Amino acid sequence: MDIFSYPFMQRALIAALFTGLAAPAVGTYLVQRRLALMGDGIGHVAVTGVALGLLTHTSPTWTAVVVAILGAVLIEVIRERGHTNGDVALALLFYGGLAGGVLLTGLGGQSAARLQQYLFGSITTISATDVLITMGLAAVVIGICVGLAPQLFAVAQDQEFARVAGLNVRVYNVLVAVLAAVSVTVAMRTVGLLLVSALMVVPVATSQQVTRSFRTTLGTAMLLGTGASVGGLVISAFASDHAQVAPGPTIVLLSLAGFAVTWPLGVWLRHRARLVAPFPAVPLEEHEATDTHPHEHGPDCGHLAVRHGDHVDYVHDGHRHAPHEKHYDEH
Amino acid sequence: MSEPIRVVDLENGAVAIAGRPILRGIDLAVGAGEFVALMGANGSGKSTLVRALTGLLPLTTGTLELFGTRVDQFHEWQRIGFVPQRTGAAGGVPASVWEVVASGRLTRRRLLRPLSRRDRASIDEALAVVGLSDLAKDGVSNLSGGQQQRVLIARALAGEPELFFLDEPNAGVDLPNQHALADSLGELKRRGATIVLVAHELGPLASLVDRAVVMRDGRVAYDGEPLGDHEVHNPDFGEAHAHHHHRPQARHDHTPEVQSPLDAGSRRERPR
Repeated sequence: MDIFSYPFMQRALIAALFTGLAAPAVGTYLVQRRLALMGDGIGHVAVTGVALGLLTHTSPTWTAVVVAILGAVLIEVIRERGHTNGDVALALLFYGGLAGGVLLTGLGGQSAARLQQYLFGSITTISATDVLITMGLAAVVIGICVGLAPQLFAVAQDQEFARVAGLNVRVYNVLVAVLAAVSVTVAMRTVGLLLVSALMVVPVATSQQVTRSFRTTLGTAMLLGTGASVGGLVISAFASDHAQVAPGPTIVLLSLAGFAVTWPLGVWLRHRARLVAPFPAVPLEEHEATDTHPHEHGPDCGHLAVRHGDHVDYVHDGHRHAPHEKHYDEH
Repeated sequence: MSEPIRVVDLENGAVAIAGRPILRGIDLAVGAGEFVALMGANGSGKSTLVRALTGLLPLTTGTLELFGTRVDQFHEWQRIGFVPQRTGAAGGVPASVWEVVASGRLTRRRLLRPLSRRDRASIDEALAVVGLSDLAKDGVSNLSGGQQQRVLIARALAGEPELFFLDEPNAGVDLPNQHALADSLGELKRRGATIVLVAHELGPLASLVDRAVVMRDGRVAYDGEPLGDHEVHNPDFGEAHAHHHHRPQARHDHTPEVQSPLDAGSRRERPR
């Protein structure tokens, strides 16, 4: 347990905790808008921001925040004005951001290894100042995502309704883009810019396997994100006695493992929900009794009971049997 | 109709989408408590008109007043309930029926305040009017099309508006749900709400309608006593009783399809 007494490990744990809470909070709204890859696009743009920081010898965190916000707003503007769903716009920024970042890093005479810290994360080298910045930015992101949840939910759910309800949809859209950019740079040190979107999207995809409401999806995603980032860090710390295990990929793979475990459960739940969905209560044309029916249907008979109007139908060999007096009707 | 209070007043309204004039010379006034059906063939501009009346589409000429206030100065959006076409009842993340309906209450909520007891009561009441109280905790995406449509109506109801705009509420809805829809709208009408609804066919809603406005190629072709579904589809109104037939070429597409992501003329502003 003495590994937790190292200051660098304590800093890393705090950073992982805040990142794990903030990234899925924004990610939920991105997934709701079907913009799951937006985090990836912003991450690529932020590479240019990091390179600018390295080139000008300023803090790469702050240059990344600024460039990521500019990129996110640009994506949002293109998406709003464009005819496409924004995927082409995302693609353009993906390549521009990554190419620009690599080019600028070379111009600045920095090695690729320096950039790699940001591309794949280096949570154990995070400084005390960076921890404070991470905590502050993550707290702002979480506060807005939870505090403005009713407005952000309404806008993401149905933009036209939100506009007629008097909400300033454009402001909220840009706000989500900025929040996404901020959480990308927050997660940059934890999992790295190229894997950041995983922490925003995978916990949401996992939680929505089992949830039915938005609020539980958001809450569960934040818990799963925290579990994955703290858990992944701890696993990589213990495993590093035996081999070189990078925390960033461990966090992402742990998160994906959570999805892999939950997915069959989600498939089963959705299948079950379809089977027991009530039959439409359409008035029957005529009364039709089953042929001689040797079997007594009941709660424990093993046949699926499905609500149909004011009674239940038992699904039996492709037929729907409804109890009627002393016999069963075909429904 | 010479109602004393006009809740909607559009004079000489015109709407252009991506530079092409779609609606021209529309005069439409709706009095308080009226139940108006906007009818017409596909592409006649009825949905575009309702989107202009809600302020979603800007007018190129003419003036629109809602409750006596010009639309650009109108801020009392809680008085308006909009029920869009059922395209996006389900987003990329699960949402419960209650949550979607509660989002309609935002018109009356202040920022960062929790739901008041009155907010909760209105949401429950809205669910009761559309008959979905039992399904409040279910996911919206698990409901049938007709039930989703009723969720969208409950969402508009939750804000306790006086004026409703409904865009094709009974499109693709099975008959039992159309009757449930008609019951809900009948209840609103009894309470004195003003209702403007876009419909291709009225079905069970016919008995509620006070006045029909028939659109044809972007202009008002008829405004008066309610018409039967067959009269609306009279050839004079631009459709030769073709509403049941599949006519892939019949739809006007006013906006050229543009594939470049930087081109103006957004998805939002295309007529549907």
